[in-house]
Amino acid sequence: MTTSNLRAPARWLAALAAGALVCGAAAAVLAQDDRAAQEIQKYRQMLEEGNPADLTEARGEELWKTPRGPKHATLEHCDLGLGPGRLEGAYAKLPRYFADTDKVQDVESRLVTCMMALQGYSYADAIKNWYQSESDIQLLVTYIAAQSKGAKIDVPATQPREAELAAAGESLFFRRSGPLDFSCATCHSHAGRRVRLQEVADFLLPEDARAAMTKWPAYRVSQGEVWTMERRLIDCIRQMRWPEPQYQSEALIALQVFLQKQANGGVMDAPGMKR
Amino acid sequence: MMRGTRPFIAGLLALIAAGALAGGGNDAAVKSAEEIMRKSFVDATPEEWKARLAQDQTQAACSYYRNEPPPDMAVRIVSEAQASIRYPADGKLLGDWKNGATLAAISTGGHIGRIQPDPPDRPRGGNCYACHALAPQEVAAGTLGPSLTNYLKLRGNSRGTVKAVYDKIYNAQAQYPCSLMPRFGHNGWLTPEQVADLVAFLLDAASPVNREQ
Repeated sequence: MTTSNLRAPARWLAALAAGALVCGAAAAVLAQDDRAAQEIQKYRQMLEEGNPADLTEARGEELWKTPRGPKHATLEHCDLGLGPGRLEGAYAKLPRYFADTDKVQDVESRLVTCMMALQGYSYADAIKNWYQSESDIQLLVTYIAAQSKGAKIDVPATQPREAELAAAGESLFFRRSGPLDFSCATCHSHAGRRVRLQEVADFLLPEDARAAMTKWPAYRVSQGEVWTMERRLIDCIRQMRWPEPQYQSEALIALQVFLQKQANGGVMDAPGMKR
Repeated sequence: MMRGTRPFIAGLLALIAAGALAGGGNDAAVKSAEEIMRKSFVDATPEEWKARLAQDQTQAACSYYRNEPPPDMAVRIVSEAQASIRYPADGKLLGDWKNGATLAAISTGGHIGRIQPDPPDRPRGGNCYACHALAPQEVAAGTLGPSLTNYLKLRGNSRGTVKAVYDKIYNAQAQYPCSLMPRFGHNGWLTPEQVADLVAFLLDAASPVNREQ
């Protein structure tokens, strides 16, 4: 399905533009918007020169290479899709179907498969405190993602189960429910718009999808910690006032297959820096 | 929390199965997405499912058609939305603009889950600035919706306008099917009196929204 098919023509935006023209202050408002966006961009560039996530990445590497768990083994033979121990570019091709688990897995669920198989951890131990700073998941995912720097996102989702999840993920993206009637598309299908001062990616637009997806996991300045993609998605869902989906649940995998597919060709530059 | 939430989704899926709905989303994908929802939100209580994940007919249709419903569905959505609107007991649609100003700025309330829930008594607001420019001194205003600064000058304050603005905030889909704007009154997020306070914030001459710069 092409991008133009995805996008519902936003008639209300035309009405909005007409309204803005009526408003005598339209030009001044636009100039102010531009200035605000430029200032934010400058701030981001400044911060990216020293990303605290680089430390997270280094700690993750140490953890990856340290024998741990009941089996006292390292993760160096973990197969993230390119073969045991082959890390370079692996993140950019996830989520993908794995025959050994008969599941489509993202980096977080595949990492846990490795921790259980190679190191002998239980699922509960592997994901312990996963959403907190310094958790094994946070450190290891940041390290894995950094090994894809410069690799192009490549999630064609042609394998039947991947294709099914991509289509379901797209459907979930437009699914409205809850007390505020929100779907992902409410905020994330309108190019160049902001929520408060934050520009929101239009995931129906490949360049926006690439700009977003190539930066996760990312250090979030507002939170003072590194967030994985699942952490980011769960917080979007929280802000929609939906209940919390289970960590590594299929809804989160399906959304990621769809988003990565939209971002195909984007050059990975994670860990990134976000608001 | 949501008034009038009924399991319309079953009816919609039946319509899809019968081929009554043409265009819009991919039927198999919608079905698969609903199965995935059930498997993924296993920690939600039955009450949370009903209020936050189950879709009423309007939500299901707007999802299916990706906010571009065909004419017959659009008419149905608008007429149901119009019928849903309730007014304050005292009949006053222009409330207290000061209270409206507070409500427009509140972004909290109603967040649930294990990681970062709100305390149950945390105030809920309209979070209008997320999408709209209102009082010009608030610079952190979003652009997903139109600027409403100087709204009185733009729209006037005839009885018809006051009612239209009230209706828009109470149930935005009474005027525009599948509007992105939350149905604040219909969904029970704001009370009729709070909606009237927001109307005053937009249309009262003393409101900062309408103070010329």
